[in-house]
Amino acid sequence: MEDADRVAEFTAYVQNGGKVEAGDWLPDEYRLQVLRFVEMHANSELMGVLPEREWINRAPTLKRKLALTAKVQDEVGHAELLYRVAEDLGKSREAMLADLLAGKTKFHNVFHYPTYSWGDVAIIAWLVDAAAIQSQKALLDCSYEPYARTMKKICWEESFHIKHGYDCVVTLASGTEQQRTILQDALNRWWTPLVHFHGPPTDPAKDRDLYWRIKAKANSVLRDEFLDRYVPKILELGLTIPDPTLHFNEESGHWEYAPPDWSQLKAVVTGHGPRSAERLTLRRLSYADTEWVREVVLAGRLAA
Amino acid sequence: MAATEAQTVVQDDQAVPVRHPASGSGATWPIFEVFRQERAGQPMQHAGNLTAPDADMAELYAREFYGRRNESIRIWVVPRATVREIVDADLLHPPAVDRSYRIVQGYTVRDKLDQARAHGEEHIPGTPGRKARPPAGPKTAMEIPDDV
Repeated sequence: MEDADRVAEFTAYVQNGGKVEAGDWLPDEYRLQVLRFVEMHANSELMGVLPEREWINRAPTLKRKLALTAKVQDEVGHAELLYRVAEDLGKSREAMLADLLAGKTKFHNVFHYPTYSWGDVAIIAWLVDAAAIQSQKALLDCSYEPYARTMKKICWEESFHIKHGYDCVVTLASGTEQQRTILQDALNRWWTPLVHFHGPPTDPAKDRDLYWRIKAKANSVLRDEFLDRYVPKILELGLTIPDPTLHFNEESGHWEYAPPDWSQLKAVVTGHGPRSAERLTLRRLSYADTEWVREVVLAGRLAA
Repeated sequence: MAATEAQTVVQDDQAVPVRHPASGSGATWPIFEVFRQERAGQPMQHAGNLTAPDADMAELYAREFYGRRNESIRIWVVPRATVREIVDADLLHPPAVDRSYRIVQGYTVRDKLDQARAHGEEHIPGTPGRKARPPAGPKTAMEIPDDV
């Protein structure tokens, strides 16, 4: 039974910008909230590898192949770092992977969608990573310090990914008719998932992640930051954004957009996206296929 | 879910939290802490931690996480179980007792110095006279002051 005074003291502490470390006393709700947040982030890094990995063998040049391979390796590394943070909150890695493969825990919407061309790879590498980094920068101030420190490393490593993505996009945008067409086609398909990315508008008063200062900015704020920064960059390349209502509001200083269908986002993240089942199946198969590696590596190295 | 509540020990009739960095994690493999040096002359910095079945695998992972991007010139990998955390509130979070006699900022000679210099100017010929005020104290906890 938790001491209510102790919880109140802890709450005031983190709400005033205080930081906590692994091994500190944490209220149960706080621990579970951080764990869920970090676990979903870790899952997203691991699943996020799959859409891009599909293109390593189909990259247009050797340099692109090397960059994409490096990016994929980075993402798996990020998954490792984040599962590590989550473990110290009390859940084993095996349990987290089991829950992911069983479809019990979630990962970001954008990784449930198919890729049809190199244009998709370029759009993902630029805009999905850019959307992600808005959230990740806001997490640098997380009250749970091990996560905040990990975000610092991840943000630094992500900045090369965005630059690489931008390079791919600008190459296509300044290329042949066919290159411009596949780029525009990809943007047409990825626009809605990008607008969905930061999540539906939430009532700040009810948002538990904000309450515990796990994240510092509401979903709508992060989406606005993303659009304000990137819509002009998209338009200046001669691309069309497939939202005829999109316009800049001089008064608010933000880009206004057609509100997306939030029920579609919910369906996707609960495993009903176009590629959700296929990618989880691939993960399950690869987990089963690599059982022999785990057995060999662990044989004799650990006491039971 | 593994229990991660910090344990307490009784010290002077009070329950004092004891934090063992090795305990309470959900990890099934041992944990290793990684330290790295970014540039020559800099101290080793704690970079993070990882799990691995043994020290060889830990080294392999540390190379991937902290050496891929030319960000380190030196890397140490240390089992977390060998890290002894010092838990002593009196030492690390002392009560508000004035111990300023132990630090540079605990001494202000300015006013007394003005008086002494004034006396020197009045009474002793050839005194160089009052100089500008001494510079402000050091900016960081461990900085060496300019005037020693």
